[in-house]
Amino acid sequence: MSYLELTDVQKRFGDVAAVADFNLKAERGEFVSFLGPSGCGKTTTLRMIAGFEQPTAGTIVLDGVDITNRPPNRRNVGMVFQSYALFPNMTVADNIGFGLAVRKRPSSEIKTRVGELLELINLPDKGGRYPYQLSGGQQQRIALARALAFEPSVLLLDEPLSALDAKIRVALRLEIRQIQRRLGITTVYVTHDQEEALSLSDRVVVMSEGRMEQVGTPFEIYNFPATPFVASFVGTLNLLPASIVDAGRGELTVAGQPVRVAKRFEGGGGRSVSVALRPEMVSLGNADGMNNVTGKVTDVSFLGSIVRIRVTLAEGAVVSLDEFNEPTLKLPSVDDTITINFPADGPLVIDRAASVESVEALIAEA
Amino acid sequence: MTAGPAIGARAAGAIEGIELAGASVKRRRRGPGGSLAAWIIFIIGAVYFIVPLIGTFFHSIRTRPDPLLAYKQVLADPKFAVGLGYSFAVGVVTIIVSLIIIVPTAYWVRLRLPRLRPVVEFVTLMPFVVPPVVLVFGLIRTYAAKPFVLTATELGSNFLLVAAYVILSFPYMYRAVDTGLAAIDVRTLTEASQSLGAGWGRILWKVIFPNVRTAIVSGAFLTLAIVVGEYTIANFLARTQAFGPYLSQLGQNQPYQPAAVSLISFGLTWLAMGLIAFTGRGARQRVQVAGAR
Repeated sequence: MSYLELTDVQKRFGDVAAVADFNLKAERGEFVSFLGPSGCGKTTTLRMIAGFEQPTAGTIVLDGVDITNRPPNRRNVGMVFQSYALFPNMTVADNIGFGLAVRKRPSSEIKTRVGELLELINLPDKGGRYPYQLSGGQQQRIALARALAFEPSVLLLDEPLSALDAKIRVALRLEIRQIQRRLGITTVYVTHDQEEALSLSDRVVVMSEGRMEQVGTPFEIYNFPATPFVASFVGTLNLLPASIVDAGRGELTVAGQPVRVAKRFEGGGGRSVSVALRPEMVSLGNADGMNNVTGKVTDVSFLGSIVRIRVTLAEGAVVSLDEFNEPTLKLPSVDDTITINFPADGPLVIDRAASVESVEALIAEA
Repeated sequence: MTAGPAIGARAAGAIEGIELAGASVKRRRRGPGGSLAAWIIFIIGAVYFIVPLIGTFFHSIRTRPDPLLAYKQVLADPKFAVGLGYSFAVGVVTIIVSLIIIVPTAYWVRLRLPRLRPVVEFVTLMPFVVPPVVLVFGLIRTYAAKPFVLTATELGSNFLLVAAYVILSFPYMYRAVDTGLAAIDVRTLTEASQSLGAGWGRILWKVIFPNVRTAIVSGAFLTLAIVVGEYTIANFLARTQAFGPYLSQLGQNQPYQPAAVSLISFGLTWLAMGLIAFTGRGARQRVQVAGAR
C-alpha cells in the first residue's frame, strides 16, 4: 500500500464538479506536484488532503489510516499557504513552535526544535522578530519551518512562491527541494507554474477542469504529453494541422509539405490530425536527414538568451522556433521566405479530430 | 560624440521634470487652501466639544468664597466613589460578557456563515430601534414574575442590568470586532492554526483574539462610555447607586456639584480609556504594519 492514497475522490459544489475521479498513490518521501490552470481543482484536492474540504465521494488514506472524515487538526499534516499565514501577533519563534505548543511538548524541547528549524531555513538569528519585520521570502521560509516543526506525516504547499519576486522564487524553490530531500518528507505541491512543477517534482499530476489529465515524471510529462491539454499547457508548443498520408510509414503532410514522424501513430490516409512540435526541436536552414519545410517569417522576438522566430507555413500553421542568442547568429527578417528543419522524432501526432480547436480553447482559458 | 551629453542632459532634465511634478503633487495635496480648510473644520469640531466643557468648568467654580468647594464636596461624598466604582465594575463585566458573545459570533459568521452577516448586523442594530425605556420595561415585565423572578434580589437586578447593557453594547462591539476581523485573513489564519493541530478554543484565544485586540479595545471604549453615563435602565431597575442615577439625583438638589461630578467622571473615563489604549497599542502597531505588507 502506498503512503498517501487518494481513491476515486470527488468534490462537487452544487452542480459543479470541482474535482472528479481523482486517483493518486504517492510513496513515502515522494514529491508530487499538482499542475494546472486556475479552477482546475488542484487546490481543492490539496484542501481535501488537508481536511479543509470534505470530499463528496472517495477516500483519502495516509500511512494506512483512513483520514477522509478526520478534522484538519487531527491529521498531522503540515501546510504552507500562498499568503504565508504567519500569526502576526507572535514572534518567529512562537510561530514555529505553535504546532509543538499545541501538542503540549515541554518548552525546552520546543526551544531546541525551533533553533534547529531556524538553522535549517538559514535564519538562525530571526527568532525574536515579528513577521512584519521580515521580507516575503523570509516569511515564507518561516511558514515552511512552522509546517515542518511538528514532524508532519505529509507536507502540503499551496502555491507557496506565487507572491514572491522571480529571483527569490527560484532561490526558494531550490531551498524547498533541498529541505524536502534532506528530511525525506512526502510532499504535495500545488502550482500553476510549469517550470516550478517540472523542476521540483518526482512526479507531476497535470489537471484540467477537475480531472487528471496525466500523471508522470517531469520528463514524461514534457516529452510525451498524453493529451492535447498537457501538450499545450506544459512548455511552449507548436500545434500544426496535418493530414495522414501513410501511418505505417509515418508519413503525413503539414501545410501541404511532406513530413516524416518516427513515433508510431494510427489512422487512415487523408485523416486530419494535429502535430505537436516543441520550439527547441526546430532549427533554421536546410539539413540532410531532417524534415525540411518552407515558410514566411512573421515575427522575430529577442528574449535575452534566446531569439524566438515565428514562421508561417500556411494559414493556421505557424511554427515558433528558438535559436540561442550568439553574437555570430544571423537572424532572418520579417517577410523572408526561409526553410526550417526538425528531426523525425521531434513531432508528436495527437490523435484527436478536433484537437486544434479544443487545445486553442484550453489555451485561451488558461 | 556630441549626442551623448545632449541625451544625458535631456535625460537629467526629464528626471528633474518628474521630480518637480512629484513636488507639485505634494504641494497640491498639502497646499495652503487644503490646510486652511482642514484647520477650520478642526477648530469648529474642537469648539463644539470644548466650549460645553469650559462652560461646565466655569459653572463648577462659581462657589464662593472657595471656588473649588463643589469638587471638595463631591470627592468627600462616599456616594460618588460608590456610584463611579459600581458603574465601572458593571462596565467591565458588560465588556467581558459582550466580548464572549460577539467575538466568536462575528468570527464564525465571517468564517462559515457569510450569508448570515446582514441578519446578524440587523440584530445587533436593535438597540438603536428599541429605546432603552422599552427594553427595560420588557425586562421588568418578563423577569419580575414567575418563573424567573430576578428583580427581587440584588444579584438578580445586577444580572439584568448587565444583560441590558450587553444588548446596548452590541452595535458598537459587533461593528468594531467585525471591522477588526475584516483586516486579517480570518480563513487562512484559522486553517493555518488547524493544520498545526489547534482546536477552536486555542484558535480563538491565541490567534483571533490577539489579532483583533485593537478592534476590541475600541468596542470596549464605547461600551464603557455608554455604561458609565447610562441613566434610564439603571434607574428603572432600581440601581440608584449607579453613576447615572446618582448624577441625576445630585442635579435635582445641588447647583454646582453636578458640573464638578460631570467633569471628574469625564476625566476618569478618559483616563480609563487612555489606559486601555496604552495597553492595546503594541498589538495595534504590529497588526497594522503586518497588514500593510
